[in-house]
Amino acid sequence: MRLTGSDILVRTLIEQGCDTVFGYPGGQILHVYDSLYKYQDEIHHVLTAHEQGAAHAADGYARTTGRVGVVISTSGPGATNLVTGIATAHLDSIPMVAICGNVPTNQIGTDSFQEVDITGVTLPITKHNYFVGDVTELADAIREAFTLAQSGRPGPVLIDIPKDVQMALCDYEPASPVQPIKPQPAKEIRIQEAARLLENARRPFIYFGGGVVSADAGAELLALAERLDAPLGCSMMGLSVLPTDHPRFLGMQGMHGHLAATRAMSNADVILALGVRFNDRATGNRAKFSPGADIIHIDVDGSELAKNIGITCGLRGDLRETMRGLLDILPAAKKPVWWDAIATYKEEEKMYCDTRPGMTPKNILETLNTYLDADTPVATDVGQHQMWAAQYLHFKAPRRFVSSGGLGTMGFGMGAAMGAAFATGKRSVLITGDGSFGMSLQELATAVTYQVPMVILIFNNGVLGMVRQWQTLFFEKHYSGTVLERKTDFVALAQAFGAAGERVEELASLQAALARAFQEAGPYVIDCKIDADELVLPMLPPGGSMDDLIMKVEGKI
Amino acid sequence: MSKYTVAVLVRNQSGVLNRVTSLFRRRQFNINALTVSETESNELSRITVVFEGEEDYKQQLVNQLYKLPDVCSIKEFNSDNSISCELLLIKLVNSPETRDEIRTASEAFGAVVVDYSKDSIMLRLTDESHKIDDFINLMREYTILEICRTGSVSLEKGGTTIRQMINF
Repeated sequence: MRLTGSDILVRTLIEQGCDTVFGYPGGQILHVYDSLYKYQDEIHHVLTAHEQGAAHAADGYARTTGRVGVVISTSGPGATNLVTGIATAHLDSIPMVAICGNVPTNQIGTDSFQEVDITGVTLPITKHNYFVGDVTELADAIREAFTLAQSGRPGPVLIDIPKDVQMALCDYEPASPVQPIKPQPAKEIRIQEAARLLENARRPFIYFGGGVVSADAGAELLALAERLDAPLGCSMMGLSVLPTDHPRFLGMQGMHGHLAATRAMSNADVILALGVRFNDRATGNRAKFSPGADIIHIDVDGSELAKNIGITCGLRGDLRETMRGLLDILPAAKKPVWWDAIATYKEEEKMYCDTRPGMTPKNILETLNTYLDADTPVATDVGQHQMWAAQYLHFKAPRRFVSSGGLGTMGFGMGAAMGAAFATGKRSVLITGDGSFGMSLQELATAVTYQVPMVILIFNNGVLGMVRQWQTLFFEKHYSGTVLERKTDFVALAQAFGAAGERVEELASLQAALARAFQEAGPYVIDCKIDADELVLPMLPPGGSMDDLIMKVEGKI
Repeated sequence: MSKYTVAVLVRNQSGVLNRVTSLFRRRQFNINALTVSETESNELSRITVVFEGEEDYKQQLVNQLYKLPDVCSIKEFNSDNSISCELLLIKLVNSPETRDEIRTASEAFGAVVVDYSKDSIMLRLTDESHKIDDFINLMREYTILEICRTGSVSLEKGGTTIRQMINF
């Protein structure tokens, strides 16, 4: 059947199982929007307030479902507004397809109105990108993009489509949804080598990250921990794979990780690292990172092995299949002495437990915990509130913590929380700060238009808390550029956008506010006042080792 | 720091060279020499890169190259497993005092005179890069007007080819 390029694009998206696209129209993508109008019964377009919000929404959609998130923009500024969203997805290995219009092919390279070389711009932040100069290549480029985005280590792919290609006619042959190319498990000999190290381990520790989420390998993860009798800790990207209250789970590890997890990892003699990349935020000083331990690293991306840290044994391959390969040959073990030590780490952690009453981050989040269903997606922005959420939220189901780990994108949360709500059909929660919220609050308009059920909890301390925390600890309290002397009334702001909201200044009134928020049909803003001097602790100073962990500062927790 | 020669077989498409060199730029590698050409198949191009760096960085770079969908195959070369050569064109001032010396040196290195005028002489030399370095150093005794060299190209010795490792 003969169709225009824009019809082929939309038909191919539908063919690939895409039910929702996020985007913003413009001059060079008009034909695609005409096709979206034509096929609106088969594909839902969500119009955001800004292309960046659309990109983060596609990301939130992908993180909560594992399916490819799709975002559409026009050329030039529309396309460059996607860049932060694409980079966020790239650093966290999130499957995304970004589609941009561009000026007609005969104007490419002439600095036409709203022309940007977006394939050049996004080269280092995509797995791959396509400039489709010929309509006959369009459908296959989209199919290839969907394959690449999901295969191996997932990531974003961009497709740039000039306007004349959107208008050109071409035969369209429907195809079935592409299947991601599944990598082989690691080599048998490597699996045996890893198994030997694990068998001889006296203090094994499993350290997992976002790779376990992508590989959907939560069951294998727990089975391995049982088999080895090992405790588990994770990077931030691994959160929500395991229920927070699982007895083997010691929590997040790293710069603001749980003390018990940090202690266990630094005292382990064999670390089984699964789908992690030993980012500097997770390791601190790499030279002093668990120096006595043998590290076994399994990752689908071979370039991660020995990239950031020296390892004893590297296994490249499909994570879940490789873990199953280990489970096939590993004998069961019991490590009572190791668990005695772990019990002492847990006791030590308890000593530092924040027991203060009132509007502390911990108390606010524990109150929120009582309102979260097992499958409530929780998104965050970036900063102190993000780390508190990572530390104190109780996760019960995988893919329910949506947070920008690698890029640390302030302004990620609004779009991501909306995308999560659209993807799951559930009410989502956004935990944000007054700084981060200020970067993306225009998306309240979108949430109101579509009546997206969202609880937006602002940790409002009037400062850029995380940067200020570094100034407190390492810059002699020179609060340069971190004090927000703003007069923003977030409740009035919510109302101006057509959303409901209220201010909470005491813990006692938070319960009732949350009860109202979780009843609201659309977005509900809760402006939580907290103290500007609250710190995220523990804290591993940048470049520090596990011995430099800051647990307490000047009488504050 | 060591010197590496890596051949990268890529899909013959616009923008591929940019994708490959951008990985070098990201890791702050300086490229000593780079050649790109079509191959025995018109669907494939061959990029030969010569660069300096630490071993683990080089390995990381190769690992990253393998992740590019347009990269089909990669082969690392050294003097034991490969034949490498490079082409030099060099233009010198032609004066009665130096003319004979330049000719003698050229004959010793196997360089050929390809252009000759009253005041200039152009030579062509094809050889391994270090021989070309030596020849240029020798020519510095005279007045060099212009130099252009292609960068090294390499092929593996024996019957095996880079295409046998292809991972489409």
